[in-house]
Amino acid sequence: MKIKFVDQAFKRATTVMALSVVALVVLLVFSMACRSMPAIRKFGWHFLFTGTWDPVKEVFGALPFIFGTVVSSALALLIAVPVSLGIAVYLAELAPSYIKQPLSFLIELLAAIPSVVYGLWGIFALAPFLRGSIQPFLSKYFGFLPIFQGEFYGVGMLTAGIILSIMIIPTISSISREVFLAVPFSQREAALALGATRWEAIRLAVLGYARPGVMGAVILGLGRALGETMAVTMVIGNRPEISASLFAPSYTMASVIANEFTEATGNLYLSALVEIGLILFFVTLVVNIIARALVWKVSGKVKGEIRE
Amino acid sequence: MNTYKRRKIASKLMCAAAFLCAFLTLVPLISIFGYVFAKGIASINPDFFTNLPRPVGEPGGGMSNAIVGTLILIGLSCLWAIPLGIIGGIFLSEFGNNKLGTTVRFTADVLNGVPSIVIGIFAYTLFVLPMKSFSAISGAFALGMIMIPTIMRTTEEMLRMVPRTLREAALALGISQFRTTVSIVLRTALPGILTGILLAIARIAGETAPLLFTAFGNRFWHQSLTQPIAALPLQIFVYAISPFDDWRRQAWAGAFVLIVIIFLISFISRFVIGLHYKSPSSR
Repeated sequence: MKIKFVDQAFKRATTVMALSVVALVVLLVFSMACRSMPAIRKFGWHFLFTGTWDPVKEVFGALPFIFGTVVSSALALLIAVPVSLGIAVYLAELAPSYIKQPLSFLIELLAAIPSVVYGLWGIFALAPFLRGSIQPFLSKYFGFLPIFQGEFYGVGMLTAGIILSIMIIPTISSISREVFLAVPFSQREAALALGATRWEAIRLAVLGYARPGVMGAVILGLGRALGETMAVTMVIGNRPEISASLFAPSYTMASVIANEFTEATGNLYLSALVEIGLILFFVTLVVNIIARALVWKVSGKVKGEIRE
Repeated sequence: MNTYKRRKIASKLMCAAAFLCAFLTLVPLISIFGYVFAKGIASINPDFFTNLPRPVGEPGGGMSNAIVGTLILIGLSCLWAIPLGIIGGIFLSEFGNNKLGTTVRFTADVLNGVPSIVIGIFAYTLFVLPMKSFSAISGAFALGMIMIPTIMRTTEEMLRMVPRTLREAALALGISQFRTTVSIVLRTALPGILTGILLAIARIAGETAPLLFTAFGNRFWHQSLTQPIAALPLQIFVYAISPFDDWRRQAWAGAFVLIVIIFLISFISRFVIGLHYKSPSSR
């Protein structure tokens, strides 16, 4: 009788604690929605489509930040996806076993570096390097493209995109590698038995089979890039303008919150910043849900959870 | 024969490209570590660990308050995130095979994907606004929120790996489920759970964004936990974007110390995993 009572209480207590985590997340959404109400009421949908950000006149539009977040993340994916897939193919299919372990350890080290250290390196190593060699090169040979025109500052959209790509490579490559390893061996053997070369077997049997999982890995990387704050804030230049050139300074949703939140005077200003945070929350939520659904589709019931 | 040759060459080329991708990624890694170690070691000295930050123009000074502040923030966030995470994990593995469990699991995954700056805003509205002051408590709340999903899901996985027979044997002896879970299942899974906790700590040790408007930073020793407190990543950020050479040098020293702290935690966690796998789990 006593045991039964204790067990009941134990079950209740753990349930309450677990539900309190759910309650915290609900409270997060609710409190942010409340805080952003003044801005939502005042600007409505215009908030998403206007480019004026004027704290003095209290006119707020988030378009430049949305643009900056979308373009910097897209740029990051453009660089990170091919490289990560190359890494995953090499680690899962080609590398000799004595290279596999140390190499994947080293690449995962990239994920352990704090974002503020990436930013520090970005300011003092990457940005001067880009300004000194890469940007002049791009503007000399590809300068006819509008994305490679204008002044070189070092800091700007291109630098942010490159830093983001380095930060999401470990995420995308490690999940892709696990998805590749989940492809049954019979698939590869069948392709090889039909006379496929090594690469053809990888392309047809492994990449084809793993496509939804790789998509999931890419989208998970996107989720990380969208919300990344410090490193981007330190190298993107922080200017709320929409420019066609990748050399120009820009601004992202996360970095405007980081830079202006503590100095936001006035209710409307603060509420506009919280609204940007709320948008960021919902975008990353949708992105993560899609990604997880895709990864699960391939790996089925993978042992353990796939995480960054 | 011609097509065969072409296919062979294409195969070789693509494999070489994959190899190149893998080794190209090591370039930024080496560059980052090279910079942090070279510049960090060059500007680190005993003063860095014992002195407070000095005003601009006065050379020297250190980050003692930031190092201590980071440790305090980590300790405070562990204080609430570890119990909540472990008990949530127990719920998921022992009573979580139902709709409620799926909901909790889903929420944990959502929380894991929330950008840390958004969690900072949440901590701001929940603590800083009502208390009308930036504080160590609000920073620890934000960091704890980031730890919870990791601890919860690793605890669940580790508990699930404990063989069913162990539970059944205990229950058959008439031991309550509470005692079985706490004294037998949890104990068996402890090294794994510890690893999860250490990984969570390694992750929050370098977090900057959620501290910007919660812990806020402080150039002096903090007076109480309801006051702004310094943190190593925050101090690195402030010094990195400053125009002063002396401060920038200290930012590198700070980055070096931060990376050493994080790697130390990671290595300890690897060591714990190693111990776990060496000792047979059937005691």
